[in-house]
Amino acid sequence: MEAVRIVTGTAVPLDRSDVDTDQIIPSDWLKQVERTGFGKGLFSEWRDDRDFVMNQPEHAGATILIAGPNFGTGSSREHAVWALMDYGFRAVVSPRFGDIFRNNCTKTGLLPVQVDERTGRALLDAVAADPGLEITIDVERRTLSAPAAGIEAVFPLDPFTQHRLLEGLDDIGLTMQHSDAIEVHEKERAAWLPKVETPAR
Amino acid sequence: MSKLRTLSDKVWDRHVVRSAEDEPDLLYVDMHLVHEVTSPQAFDGLRMAGRTVRRPDLTIATMDHNVPTTTIDVADPISAKQMEVLAANCREFGIELFAVGDPDQGIVHIIGPELGLSQPGTTIVCGDSHTSTHGAFGALAFGIGTSEVEHVLATQTLPQPRPRTMAVNVENVLSDGVTAKDLVLAIIGLIGTGGGMGHVIEYRGEGIRALSMEGRMTVCNMSIEAGAKAGMVAPDDATFAYLEGRRYAPKGPRWAAAVEEWKSLATDPGAAFDKEVSLDASAVTPYVSWGTNPAQVVPIGDVVPDPESFDQPSAREAAERALAYMGLTAGTPLREVGVDTVFIGSCTNARIEDLRAAAAVLEGRRVDPSVRALVVPGSGRVKAQAEKEGLDQVFSAAGFEWRNPGCSMCLAMNPDKLAPGERAASTSNRNFEGRQGRGGRTHLVSPAVAAATAVAGHFAAPGDLS
Ligand code: SF4
Repeated sequence: MEAVRIVTGTAVPLDRSDVDTDQIIPSDWLKQVERTGFGKGLFSEWRDDRDFVMNQPEHAGATILIAGPNFGTGSSREHAVWALMDYGFRAVVSPRFGDIFRNNCTKTGLLPVQVDERTGRALLDAVAADPGLEITIDVERRTLSAPAAGIEAVFPLDPFTQHRLLEGLDDIGLTMQHSDAIEVHEKERAAWLPKVETPAR
Repeated sequence: MSKLRTLSDKVWDRHVVRSAEDEPDLLYVDMHLVHEVTSPQAFDGLRMAGRTVRRPDLTIATMDHNVPTTTIDVADPISAKQMEVLAANCREFGIELFAVGDPDQGIVHIIGPELGLSQPGTTIVCGDSHTSTHGAFGALAFGIGTSEVEHVLATQTLPQPRPRTMAVNVENVLSDGVTAKDLVLAIIGLIGTGGGMGHVIEYRGEGIRALSMEGRMTVCNMSIEAGAKAGMVAPDDATFAYLEGRRYAPKGPRWAAAVEEWKSLATDPGAAFDKEVSLDASAVTPYVSWGTNPAQVVPIGDVVPDPESFDQPSAREAAERALAYMGLTAGTPLREVGVDTVFIGSCTNARIEDLRAAAAVLEGRRVDPSVRALVVPGSGRVKAQAEKEGLDQVFSAAGFEWRNPGCSMCLAMNPDKLAPGERAASTSNRNFEGRQGRGGRTHLVSPAVAAATAVAGHFAAPGDLS
């Protein structure tokens, strides 16, 4: 994962609640065995509609997606995060995220920025009124600001995840530093816990 | 005296490998379930970093999401490739695989319990959100993304913040003809799609204790539709009776030791939850979803709701958009809404008990000629058992297509799809836009309602049929 410190740019206002991961990347796209190339599938059913907000030229090049509450619910597909990033988004703003989606974001380097519903509404309205509105998200300070619209908010981010994002750290490598503790746990596991037969390699 | 703990706290505590201030706990994973769609990039990641699978003996794989259900030959080359890649990865890393054609192949959340792998007090993860199903056994089971799949393959652990706890108290018992599916739809309708976010739900009370293991699995399965991280039910005699003698259940003296342990898992009397809600099971009737998220549900006797009846502006807009997508008019009685397709299947409702309930309704009846109806058993074992009981004959005689196990029309990755504008009564778990095929319109129902609807040609409860 690459380090993420500051995201600055314009935004797309996706004024809908309950945008689930089936909408973000429909299941047709999940047959790929690679991690790349999912940007084309992003919101593919909605993008066929010329009036869909992402198709508006004034939102071209946006790096921040602002959505209504309950964004990224449903299926665990990390392909949703890969699609958002492949398309060019670096941060997603919503009053509430699906738990698995949120985890997938922080493992991949897409910033999930949770704001209260009032701020979320204000941002959607401000960007609809001024598509060129510049928004800055600062991981170190955990703030989102859009000075021209008078919006300033603090968002939650636990210190561990913040540290990983700022340093671009590989989670697996971090865990492997604790392999002694894992071994100790493994020795103490109850004998009746299930183990499966493994085929010869 | 240690402090009073809930079921999920107890399971959590015994799996913490390491905890440190300002860091998530490092949690040990007892069983990791793998399928073809969310794993290829994880195995690639291992290879690129030169890592191995730490515990292949705590890992199993199956093919379910995009397998065809009419033949065992995969016509779609991209799906075929995904399955080949899983088989190759399992060979390379030494993982047991239940491939298409294996008698134990099936939907990952159906075969785990069947094999006796889903045990009380264990931690279970899978790159699939409906992993919550296994919580019916008193396991802490949750869905993860592909990066986390890679993490578990490499380390058999996951860094996880301790979730909050929520109790859903189900008072009294369900009436005759009302099922676990109706109950869970009623619960989601009550607490909403965000109602469980950040929480592990424990389903408690008389109404839950009275459910079979199959019914408990159906309830826990849809916890994710309420946004919850997991759903759990404390293990009891029904749990032990289900598990005893299964392939990977403890045997001999180990069985007694395990049961002893399992009995100590129940939430301590008086332990506090972060959130609690209650619901009267005796008031629940068959439910039908009318919208495009699983909280948009009503009892089958109701009408399609008026968007104006919602207080919140966001709920009103969501309802308006849902009605437009679903092609429904506010005020229409659900019983007057006709369907084109009936799908009985998925990890929510494709266990033997579900097929029995549907077959009981179909016995001696015919599917309405305007309706396409298919039944997709959840696993090879379910299919074999149903055939032994002659249920396949009942379904076929009624006009249902009898298929091979897989996820099928639950997510439309294989050829089983709705056409644009087609309306389905489905026993699956998600009524999202396009979930069952682009432009398809999904209504979530129980297997008994699905069967009655197939016969009537419009939404119907079994009691409506003459
Ligand atoms: S049956 Fe549906 S919900 Fe269940 S695992 Fe398969 S695709 Fe997912």
